[in-house]
Amino acid sequence: MTTIDKTAHVPAPRESVSGDGPLLDVRDLHVEFHTRDGVAKAVNGVNYTVSAGETLAVLGESGSGKSVTAQTIMGILDMPPGKITQGEILFRGQDMLKMSNEERRKIRGRKIAMIFQDALSSLNPVLTVGYQLGEMFRVHQGLSRKDAKAKSIELMDQVKIPAAAARISDYPHQFSGGMRQRIMIAMALALEPDLIIADEPTTALDVTVQAQVMDLLAELQREYNMGLILITHDLGVVADVADKIAVMYAGRIVETAPVGELYSRPAHPYTRGLLDSIPRLDQKGQELYAIKGLPPNLTRIPAGCAFSPRCPKAQDICRTEIPPLAPVTEQDGLELVGRGSACHFWKETIHG
Amino acid sequence: MPDTTALTKSTDASAAAAQTPTTTDSGPAPGKPRSLWSDAWHDLRRNPLFLVSMVLILLLTVMSIFPGLFTSASPRDANLAEHYLQKPNWGHFFAPDWLGYDVQGRSIYARLIYGARASIMVGVIVTIAVTITGLVIGMLAGYFGGWIDTVLSRITDVFFGVPFIVGAMVILTTFEERSVWVVILSLSFLGWTSIARVARGSVITIKQADYVVAAKALGASTTRIMTRHILPNAIAPVIVVATIALGGYIAAEATLSFLGIGLAEPTVSWGIDVSAAKDQLRNVPTVLIIPSVMVSITVLSFLMFGDAVRNALDPKMR
Amino acid sequence: MAELKKEQGPVDATPNVSEVETVDAVTEAEAVAAIDAPVSQGEPILQVRNLVKHFPLTQGILFKKQIGAVKAVDGISFDLYAGETLGIVGESGCGKSTVAKLLMTLERATAGEVFYKGQDITKLSGRALKAVRRNIQMVFQDPYTSLNPRMTVGDIIGEPFDIHPEVAPKGDRRRRVQELLDVVGLNPEYINRYPHQFSGGQRQRIGIARGLALNPEIIICDEPVSALDVSVQAQVINLMEKLQDEFNLSYVFIAHDLSIVRHISDRVGVMYLGKMAEIGTDTQIYDHPTHPYTQALLSAVPVPDPSAREGRERIILTGDVPSPANPPSGCRFRTRCWKAEERCATEEPLLAIPERFVSAATPAAHESACHFAEEKDVVHAA
Repeated sequence: MTTIDKTAHVPAPRESVSGDGPLLDVRDLHVEFHTRDGVAKAVNGVNYTVSAGETLAVLGESGSGKSVTAQTIMGILDMPPGKITQGEILFRGQDMLKMSNEERRKIRGRKIAMIFQDALSSLNPVLTVGYQLGEMFRVHQGLSRKDAKAKSIELMDQVKIPAAAARISDYPHQFSGGMRQRIMIAMALALEPDLIIADEPTTALDVTVQAQVMDLLAELQREYNMGLILITHDLGVVADVADKIAVMYAGRIVETAPVGELYSRPAHPYTRGLLDSIPRLDQKGQELYAIKGLPPNLTRIPAGCAFSPRCPKAQDICRTEIPPLAPVTEQDGLELVGRGSACHFWKETIHG
Repeated sequence: MPDTTALTKSTDASAAAAQTPTTTDSGPAPGKPRSLWSDAWHDLRRNPLFLVSMVLILLLTVMSIFPGLFTSASPRDANLAEHYLQKPNWGHFFAPDWLGYDVQGRSIYARLIYGARASIMVGVIVTIAVTITGLVIGMLAGYFGGWIDTVLSRITDVFFGVPFIVGAMVILTTFEERSVWVVILSLSFLGWTSIARVARGSVITIKQADYVVAAKALGASTTRIMTRHILPNAIAPVIVVATIALGGYIAAEATLSFLGIGLAEPTVSWGIDVSAAKDQLRNVPTVLIIPSVMVSITVLSFLMFGDAVRNALDPKMR
Repeated sequence: MAELKKEQGPVDATPNVSEVETVDAVTEAEAVAAIDAPVSQGEPILQVRNLVKHFPLTQGILFKKQIGAVKAVDGISFDLYAGETLGIVGESGCGKSTVAKLLMTLERATAGEVFYKGQDITKLSGRALKAVRRNIQMVFQDPYTSLNPRMTVGDIIGEPFDIHPEVAPKGDRRRRVQELLDVVGLNPEYINRYPHQFSGGQRQRIGIARGLALNPEIIICDEPVSALDVSVQAQVINLMEKLQDEFNLSYVFIAHDLSIVRHISDRVGVMYLGKMAEIGTDTQIYDHPTHPYTQALLSAVPVPDPSAREGRERIILTGDVPSPANPPSGCRFRTRCWKAEERCATEEPLLAIPERFVSAATPAAHESACHFAEEKDVVHAA
């Protein structure tokens, strides 16, 4: 079986600020789930890197493996049924998969924090928001109750919750969806982590609130110079905040590109199909382009390129050989920094 | 975690993707029709807990229906002169004297076989009765809500507040002749509350489901909504509670019979036998132990069965 | 497919144009006759007038005392024309889903009327109501909860025929169900499968097939694609458009995704806190919005085009939507509006063509409930 080449082929578009390599480096990660219907191969050789101050958007539909990858990085994957069969997750050069539970626990929360889609179920309903925020400081930094409270209010101010001092003793259900998501962000920020993983952070929110929350997240990221992995299915949200994008399909990265490039010149038929299938806000279109068929069942991923049964460009080779994530170049061979496509016919897709 | 849920959903839908581009929607072609019941059965068949309990339950059921298949002796033939507390004759498998004789000089083996009937009858019939009563009351309360719910729920609470064994004792003492049916009646009268509560809870959840709203939007009648949509979906948790409770009713019957308030002679019951042998523990312990073990095995098999059913019908509870 | 096709007579052959007006039928039979009469393309098929739905808030256990009401829908009016798609957009809590339930008569309206071919369906019952239900169907948001998991696909799609036996004779039903499966792009052999054996997109097709079974004239779609993956969304939208042409359906398309609503709708209404803020054709609303809320909503939509990211003006609203139990006085949007003045707190703006545009032949001349309505393009890059 061909696996995707090492990320070295696809240099990051921006060098990390500190210059000592990327913050997070995921290498050839494989994750399976054992279900009654067989082994579901959720992640099949994912490579990506994130540097400080950089936003990587991982784009994919349900079942693409984007969230499973994130859960594996955070060490919150349910095992069993989940199983990491291969790969490395290097955080500042150290493989987290080889660490002891104690070492990993120290990284989790302090160095890498996560924001979930559903803030209501991620917050404990019987504890006040102030208590939950303060807990971070009391447990991890050993602050006193009073100091922790002061820090919590400061934090709530920072995520722009109005009247923070007054609302600190409110319970999660007393906040609106947007405010709850801000509290989640505040909790993630509490220990000033180096990397934040945000899993669909605005999907449950209304459009007008979505914009507020995304702006806040981007602003805080700049301020703290954090790495940010933004996991989403929404091509629109990605366009507004990401630096680079990794598109996932059936557990593999099928395309990587700096954000502008991906939208203007997709190099994988799946990306192109996705972009063509969303209706436009600024004009009334004709019939939508629809990618035919459905995403594959992960217990029976098609041989060769997983997208081949749905692909308008598929040839015989696509059904037998898994395309590696190849570097994408201009027609004259000039390298396009940070671009890669796992398609046998990427040349035709981008230039044709 | 959206991806894992999506994952289980997509793995549920069987068959390979895009194998058969039959129509515009060339998605996973589902294989054979697979109802949730057949999925549960598929799980059950592979559960050793279920297989073991099923074998035991089948054996007990056959015993209670055709006791003559297991022994030629009668459980009521007493021969005090010859057999008073005669020790077991371990070599004589399935013979009347195999497990010895009790204080009345009756074959313990025969009484063991014939005692199954009372236990199984009480267990099964009480379970059926409480399931029907509880379902009807729970569904009415849950579906209609409002004052109907208030009234029915308060009544349920009142019955729930009565201690089960004590309540049954009070009812039983009012009857002069305490046949199996009287015991069944008294246990059923008190036992339906937990089923009603479970049924009410699941009906309240299900009546808000979109498929019920969809049926209403089509103009479906209340009867139709209740029988086609609510009942089939509400019944799984009820079945789980009922099967687990079944063992409890068998234990309750034995308890009441032991206390001398449940079944009475000449009915053959393990509870009565334990009660009659309670002074013989030091002399001939087998007289006491054998019927006690039978009660335990029976209760345990139904509990195991209930557990297996729960695992199959509600995998999330595991 | 012949059976499924609506009879499409010539437009002028419609016998009952006058009955479209609000005439109260005296008897149930008359009401049923009116409901079953056809309506020609472009005539209003559904007329909503001052529709109100308040959910009472009560206190106390034994003696319930009403202490207030959630004003989910608070006086909205609009028309749905035969053969068109009316999009309704708004944020969560604006009352758009309650509107869907009221149109389906799944909730009783507190006040106001919904005229369907001249009959006020909020006051119908019995046989007449059943006739209405046959003609107005619904497609739900969540394909995982809208299909009964214990029923086969054939039973689910065939259920409408069990409830309305006059639509299809018993022997014919299986064939009709298979036809419907074919119409929505599913293999007719799947008739004995169960919903959990299908993916989200396939389930939504099953839901659509059920909605089509009775040959309805109107389908209310409450967020029909928001639970689906992007690549599957387009398939379902295309299917819905195809079916609309094929069966001459009128859609009320309720969604929060503004791009999808623009794509499918002929006209769009924007709701905020139980009120209609602005309503007009898709061009009027998207290219020439005059209500500040519409402008803010449109400007907040993230567009999958980074080149447009710089050029577009973004209006970021502050604060949250107020509680519908205690909405602001006057204009409901004033608490988040950058244009708000004193007048907005005292005087409620009515949904009408703003005075300054009334006589002008401009796309800005459409109904907008704002005292200070002015045109502003927030969708196109400057």
